[in-house]
Amino acid sequence: MIKIVSTVLYLVFAPVFGGLLAGVDRKITARMQGRKGPPILQPFYDIFKLFSKEAIVVDHLQNLFVIGYLVFIIFTGCLFFYGGDLLLAFFAITLAEIFLIMCASSANSAYSSMGSQRELLQMMAYEPMILIVAIGFYIATGSFSVGEIITSQTSAIATTPGIFLGYLYILTIKFRKSPFDLSTSHHAHQEMVKGLTVELSGRTLGITELAHWYENTFLIGIIAIFIINATWWSWIVALAVCALAYFMEILIDNTYARVKWKVLLNSSWIVAFGLGILNLLALYYIK
Amino acid sequence: MYFVSFLLLFPVLTAVLLFFAKGYLAKKIIVITSSVVISGMALIFATMNFFTLSNRFYIKDAEFVNILFLIIEFVIMCYLIYLGIRFKKYYVSLLSLVQSGILFWLELSGQAKTEHSFNIYIDKFAIIMCSIIAVIGCLICVYAVGYMKSYHQHHKEYKDRTTLFFPLLFLFISAMFGIVFSDNLIWLFFFWEITTFCSFLLIGYTKTKEAVTNSFRALWMNLIGGLCFAVAIAYCALKLHTLSLHTIVHMGAGAQAVTIPVFLLCIACLTKSAQLPFSKWLLGAMVAPTPTSALLHSATMVKAGAYLLIRLSPLLAHTVAGALVTTIGGFTFLATSLLAISQSDGKKVLAYSTIANLGLIIACAGIGMYEAVWAAMLLILFHAVSKSLMFLSVGAVENSIGSRNIEDMHGLIVKVPALAFVMLIGIAGMFLAPFGMLISKWAALKAFIDSNSILLIIFLVYGSAATLFYWTKWLSKLVAGVHHSERKDNQAKGCEWFSLLAHSGIMIFLCLSFPTISRHLIEPFLSEIFGYKISSIIGDGNIQIMTFMLCMIFILPFGIRVLTLDKTSKQKSSYMCGINTGDDRKFVDSLGEKKKMYLSNWYMEDLFGEKKILLPSIIIATVIIVVLLVIGIGGAL
Repeated sequence: MIKIVSTVLYLVFAPVFGGLLAGVDRKITARMQGRKGPPILQPFYDIFKLFSKEAIVVDHLQNLFVIGYLVFIIFTGCLFFYGGDLLLAFFAITLAEIFLIMCASSANSAYSSMGSQRELLQMMAYEPMILIVAIGFYIATGSFSVGEIITSQTSAIATTPGIFLGYLYILTIKFRKSPFDLSTSHHAHQEMVKGLTVELSGRTLGITELAHWYENTFLIGIIAIFIINATWWSWIVALAVCALAYFMEILIDNTYARVKWKVLLNSSWIVAFGLGILNLLALYYIK
Repeated sequence: MYFVSFLLLFPVLTAVLLFFAKGYLAKKIIVITSSVVISGMALIFATMNFFTLSNRFYIKDAEFVNILFLIIEFVIMCYLIYLGIRFKKYYVSLLSLVQSGILFWLELSGQAKTEHSFNIYIDKFAIIMCSIIAVIGCLICVYAVGYMKSYHQHHKEYKDRTTLFFPLLFLFISAMFGIVFSDNLIWLFFFWEITTFCSFLLIGYTKTKEAVTNSFRALWMNLIGGLCFAVAIAYCALKLHTLSLHTIVHMGAGAQAVTIPVFLLCIACLTKSAQLPFSKWLLGAMVAPTPTSALLHSATMVKAGAYLLIRLSPLLAHTVAGALVTTIGGFTFLATSLLAISQSDGKKVLAYSTIANLGLIIACAGIGMYEAVWAAMLLILFHAVSKSLMFLSVGAVENSIGSRNIEDMHGLIVKVPALAFVMLIGIAGMFLAPFGMLISKWAALKAFIDSNSILLIIFLVYGSAATLFYWTKWLSKLVAGVHHSERKDNQAKGCEWFSLLAHSGIMIFLCLSFPTISRHLIEPFLSEIFGYKISSIIGDGNIQIMTFMLCMIFILPFGIRVLTLDKTSKQKSSYMCGINTGDDRKFVDSLGEKKKMYLSNWYMEDLFGEKKILLPSIIIATVIIVVLLVIGIGGAL
């Protein structure tokens, strides 16, 4: 019962949460840059406007792929908040990402194709760490199931601090934040315009934005399950850690310039090895 | 018994008929009829034994057959020695002479006469392999009927040698049946050598300089494996006094006596399955016409090595030989997955991906645990179908657009939509959730974690990332919707198209039905060889979720149609900073001239190029083999 409730809650409130997060993000970013910034609810005004506009596409396949992207992101989140298998959730989100990449390439446009190739590179960069996160949870708590992970006696982070840090590292890529916003970013002032989403407009762009909110909620949920254990107060700690982690992401976004793709790939793979694999080794050792 | 003899002999009969058949129509009729008969018989055989099968031994003391094999072996040896001298590849002659010499000495001196006397052994694993070989092998033959005709229309420079080509395909299938049914190592070796010999002839089909070089490379590498196999047989006959694979496997893991033959057989399997450092022969094999590549890469040849290793897997758990196999397999998976990124030739990407997947299968077999072997068997099943589908569709695309380069497949979904869809299914089947290969990779990952093999986890996580990259790259090329593209004719008609559709159908069928196959064929076999049973590797709940995902993917396009989401959107040209020339193909450059736009994928030659990775990986793999061989055999002596 509680599983179904949390799934429904996710379905309904993830966009609200994601949108608010984006609003707060913009506000804090503006304050860091000495600006006043838009109102907190600005992302909602934006998305409502996008949905009210006419959709113009380059290729009709784009519609199919963009819906596929949204559907599988939501599916991933539901699986996660239902307490399902973490590994399966990661496989599903990979599928969703591939829909987005196909959407960008199906436009046959210079900027969006470039964006899709870069996005693909980013996926290759974070994929090892994502798998290691799932493996780490499995060794630490004995299960891939989110439901069992959050009811274990000790928090996973107690034995997986390296994996936790590694996850935060690749989270910068997933949140599309500088220095790793190669394929597209929240700011359309780069050499490839808006990369991945150049050829999306109106409703289709609104759908990707909505999917991004669903995705962010899911990604933050993973930070939380590192902390949450059988005790009630661990939930409060988890909330604080999530907030802190997101604040750090904003800080990094505003203090680092974008890097070249080789730095992104090399550093992510090295981090996955240095923090992830070594942590796994230690886990095997203490078991 | 009748089924087994039929499956062994009927393809040979077909081969003989095909050899003497005159005219293309006659060949076509023979190929199609026999393919239907062979796959039909294999499927009936499988269905009969689907729910219950007590393992059966067949054919006792077949002196006559042994002599026949000996004669054939002698003829092949003479032919290979002759070829080696003619083409000045003396090492080939030498290798062939030594390995056949060992066998002749064993047989003629009577050493090979052992207690055991059954030659054929049927269990559920043999049934699975037999169905894969029959169905996929025959579908490839059917495809070849259509393909070879257009191949020779496109390539006038090569002599039409289909008189030899079609019989070889069927001989190959017969030999593969032989491998999976044989229990007597001498029989197994005989069929093993036949596949080596057939693949040598098939790779050299075009008789160009490149084809001859590559066919000899395939030959000598496989002969090295054959030599190890022959020595292993001699060891078993002299020291263990048995030649039954079944008996040897039942001696149990860690038995001192079997260490050396198991090592040698492992090396033989690694060469057959084209693992590093022996991978080059399979990469060279793509000079042959597409059906050959499809056959070698999917259901036959390379799967023979994987098959034998799975048979041996109970002997490999926690041994140095097992470590050798898993390390080489895992390392090959990583290295060849990275190498595939830098390739733009469709067939070459497929070749690297075959080697990588076999690496994974072999690594699973080497762990020698219930769940790992489960993953390995499912990988064999799904890989055979999807890889065969991919090769055949690349062949069809090559005939339709005149190139098999992935860059040239840009916008295939507009040019030849039918082939693009088939290819999409094939690629999705290779790596995407919720399709087959991913399920097996998932199980493999679980097995690696549970067996505490951190090295394999490293190989798998980085290798999967690379796999994701090169397949998605290909996908994104296919779906590019180039405006006003000229529609090209789908050259895959009749037989070829039927074969492609059948493959896609089987692919989807397997994705939906694999839990049943696992329950009735794979799990009984595993609990028999390991002596215990694990309930299920991937929980029922997760399987239902995967099935649900599969349905969603298929409903999606229709769902969008029904909601008319794509009717309402207006279409415009793509954005090019205002320098579009009116369509999305050209732009105005800085000198005011029109330039054609060209979108390329990333290949990252400087990171993952063959020049950079191939040689070091071969060296590393060689070092791994030598070191572990020294440790293992040194420990056993």
